[in-house]
Amino acid sequence: MAKSIEEINEKIKQGKVVVLTAEEIIDYVEENGVKKTAREVDVVTTATFGPMCSTGAFLNFGHSDPPIKMTRVWLNDVPAYTGLAAVDAYIGAAELSETEGMEYGGAYVIQDLISGKPVKLRATAYGTDCYPRREINTYITKDTINQAYLFNPRNVYQNYSVATNSSDRVIYTYMGKLLPNFGNATYSSAGQLSPLLNDPYYRTIGIGTRIFLAGAQGYVAWCGTQHNPSKERLPNGTPIGPAGTLALIGNLKEMSTKYLKACTFHGYGVSIFVGVGIPIPVIDEEMVQFLKIKDEDIYTEILDYSVQRRNKPSYGKVNYKQLRSGKITVNGKEVQTGSISSYYKAREIANLLKDWIKEGKFYLTNYVAPLPAEERIKGLEIVSQEELY
Amino acid sequence: MPSKRLVLTFPENIVTKPITYKLVKDFNLEFNILRAEVTPEMEGKMLLEIKGASEQIEKGIEYLLNEGVSVQEASKDITLDKEQCVHCGLCVSLCITNALSLDEKSYKLNFNKEKCILCGFCQNSCPVNAIKLKM
Repeated sequence: MAKSIEEINEKIKQGKVVVLTAEEIIDYVEENGVKKTAREVDVVTTATFGPMCSTGAFLNFGHSDPPIKMTRVWLNDVPAYTGLAAVDAYIGAAELSETEGMEYGGAYVIQDLISGKPVKLRATAYGTDCYPRREINTYITKDTINQAYLFNPRNVYQNYSVATNSSDRVIYTYMGKLLPNFGNATYSSAGQLSPLLNDPYYRTIGIGTRIFLAGAQGYVAWCGTQHNPSKERLPNGTPIGPAGTLALIGNLKEMSTKYLKACTFHGYGVSIFVGVGIPIPVIDEEMVQFLKIKDEDIYTEILDYSVQRRNKPSYGKVNYKQLRSGKITVNGKEVQTGSISSYYKAREIANLLKDWIKEGKFYLTNYVAPLPAEERIKGLEIVSQEELY
Repeated sequence: MPSKRLVLTFPENIVTKPITYKLVKDFNLEFNILRAEVTPEMEGKMLLEIKGASEQIEKGIEYLLNEGVSVQEASKDITLDKEQCVHCGLCVSLCITNALSLDEKSYKLNFNKEKCILCGFCQNSCPVNAIKLKM
């Protein structure tokens, strides 16, 4: 007995929809069984709140008088990319400030825009007959510019590796500060709450899916960069390490800094915590089998981040229950763990999305096209032009 | 008499050596162990106050470094900015005394100052700069 998105949306309209979070569904299935759960539950909300460097915003500033075709642009001294039409630009979260270095960057500009703070805009140009101005210095807010939308090439990683450090010195990575001699280990996925771990084969999440993005209603725009669905999987469907990814889009002007927060990883650079929530329709019993996944069913690999190579040596596999317990064993040694994504915030978002759906503020969508199911990730080889063929 | 508050980190292979005793015997230093956390097969950490002639203190530190003990000056205070904290728990992995921990039910970050030995391991770890150390 399959349930359609249209049927679920009708229930949302009538205020009769049954929604659980990806945490709540675990006990529910245990008590009621798969069949009954598939009949009674309509939607399961998933979420994550972690640093996602591949995040940025497209901005259209509007035209000055006389107008300018910007060739270089800075927002609060952070360079943005403007190799587009006259006043279009893209500000990447990981871009560093030219005056403050890692203390400030694109992520902080995005955060300042969302919170309504004034942002200093400086641009230079070569000047043309139609765009004579060669320089501009002014201030903007999200309300004074035409468009501002987040377009994130890679978010919501389907699982991620654990990072540790076998060397004899402290290393500073995008997985945080790693102490020498396996002094600690850090991980990132929201595990049992994580969107793509609850729909491991992308049966319901696809291009066009409506989502919660940093407090606004956004959409899945495409598969994310480095989307790698061919990653080795367990019989329950979950990949053992980084696999699928999503490209997301949403209106920055409707977002909240409660669900999007700029951050700096000391010695590494600027990134941004992005809050994402994705509703998964309980279309059939098979979907319940995927949704009942819990932390102990999801495994990932422990990698040595002190090895500065593309492929890092593995120290075995662990599950998320072990990781969340605060201690794992690496190389025979007990090692303290810490998460770089916030389970507390992920849970908050899953509950908020649940409320939105129950209150009729959020309707589900059928995807427009599925995500690629078989792509494989490629490396970058250093070759001559002849070697390329 | 000059004094210094130091955080000593003992690698696992020398945790059991009587190193602090030598500070008294060979360098004539008085010491006061303010906090210590030593677990077998893991690193040991100690917050130590040493008193003695400046020259002897310097020599004592040199001796410790030669023995493979890492020595740093203790921070004076650590504060957690609850407005900034996003409760990720990255700092938890660095906190050897569990002064920083995630609540088992709510997954909110707790900071129990009583347990903190001011070792400074959490320094430069917070991505949203919610942990502030005074040196």
